Amino acid sequence: MHIFLMLLINGLAEGALIFLMAAGLSIILGLLGVVNFTHGVLFIWGGYVSIWIFNMTGSFPIAIIAAVAAGFIMGLIFERLFIRPVYGNVTAQILITLGLGVVFTDMARLFWGPNPIPASRPEFMDGTWIIDSVIISQYRIFLIIIGILVAIGINYLVNKTKVGMVMRAGIQSPDMVQALGINIKVYFAGVFAGGAALAALGGALYVPLVGSVWSGMGINNQILAFIVIILGGMGSFYGSAVGSIIIGLTVAFVSWFYPPLTVYTTVLLLLLVLTLKPEGLFGMAVRN
Amino acid sequence: MDPLLKLDNVSSFIGPFHILQGVSLEVYPGEAIVILGRNGAGKTTTLRTIIGLVAASDGKIFLDNVDLTAMPPYHAVRQGIGFVPEDYGIFDALTVEENLLIAMWQQDQDTLDRRDHVLELFTDLKESYKRLASTLSGGQRQMLSIARALVNDNKVILIDEPSKGLAPIIVEKVRDTLLTFKQKKTIVLVEQNFEMACAVGDRYYIVTEGQTVLDGTIKELMDDEELQRKHLGFVTA
Repeated sequence: MHIFLMLLINGLAEGALIFLMAAGLSIILGLLGVVNFTHGVLFIWGGYVSIWIFNMTGSFPIAIIAAVAAGFIMGLIFERLFIRPVYGNVTAQILITLGLGVVFTDMARLFWGPNPIPASRPEFMDGTWIIDSVIISQYRIFLIIIGILVAIGINYLVNKTKVGMVMRAGIQSPDMVQALGINIKVYFAGVFAGGAALAALGGALYVPLVGSVWSGMGINNQILAFIVIILGGMGSFYGSAVGSIIIGLTVAFVSWFYPPLTVYTTVLLLLLVLTLKPEGLFGMAVRN
Repeated sequence: MDPLLKLDNVSSFIGPFHILQGVSLEVYPGEAIVILGRNGAGKTTTLRTIIGLVAASDGKIFLDNVDLTAMPPYHAVRQGIGFVPEDYGIFDALTVEENLLIAMWQQDQDTLDRRDHVLELFTDLKESYKRLASTLSGGQRQMLSIARALVNDNKVILIDEPSKGLAPIIVEKVRDTLLTFKQKKTIVLVEQNFEMACAVGDRYYIVTEGQTVLDGTIKELMDDEELQRKHLGFVTA
């Protein structure tokens, strides 16, 4: 029972981190139809900026805010300069975003060097709780809370605000949204930048968990995020939330009970879902 | 009197295809004009060009003396145009309420009063207010589309084939609705249903191969069977 609780918390914390990355990717894909391979590099930059600012200020909240702001601004710039001209052209999107990924990964190496930079958790959540002989990491609980808060926030934004209304309408017909007097391009830019900010937040929260930031950490997490959105259903926010939790928990349990299978877990899960439900758990986009 | 809406020799392309090749028309305040023509003549493109969804490559478009020609759609529409597209343009993932809310430019008392008024006019929508729009019938979707165009104090309403695909009894209801708000609004109607066109319109323009080739009063059109046959392919009783 103790092991189960510990693995549950570890799995949910991993799931929360994956969710931050996958949610942005999923929203960008669902609303804008953009296959975005810059997500990994935004994750890296979020990690680097947070450590950079943390080392300068010593403040974890300021470091997180700076990372999110950096991700948002990079997202705005990417959307305006590179993505906007290729809406509707998936091939061009893939090539351009892959290219941007390479360029900005190298830029990160240029600014912060090729070697990993050590990172520590903020003191106020560096400890553990021991409840009935179960060791619970405070930082992992923090990650779970952040994941839940972000999920609630996105859900509120999408379902209870005019921004969300425009987003849901824009998925069906951007032209009709414009014909109602709404500048959909502003919303597109905002959605892309918001998704980028989520990726940067994921990177900023990931770094203290693993203890360092390095330029190669984006690619694995990006692949994981793509697996999540295929698993959950392309463009489905709920799918990305459920998919993240499933992957986080499965990896946590498999790595404990049968470690040799860990590296294959996500791929096997993906294979299973693609075989039984090719459109993903909550998606219809593929079928459509 | 200056025309409220004026198109002066407007051309536009869709992809490589030169669809509008010189459309000119004038709409005066309070009147209802009908754009007629055979399939593929450029009627729908005329409406989409007015609001900028299709860019005008030549010519000028004015609404109340404001040049709309180069405006992006969201800006052109905000000059005072309601648009009811051929496919209704209803957002299925939104409720009826949200479909109206998204169309409202302001939440002031006048706008809320107009929304309440259209809900009184379209009682089906009032009953389905909290339901997803995907559950509405074709007629209800058309009503919602028209209602959306009426929630703002628009100067002109563009309506594209409101009778298309609807059962005759629903078409009658749509016609009665248009006749009701025709008294207060300026209307540009694209319509293949000759009966509907004659019931609602004051004047007509005929578009052929992307050009306005004839115009006149609806009464002149109704009295001229040769014109109907030649330009519209109608066989009237």
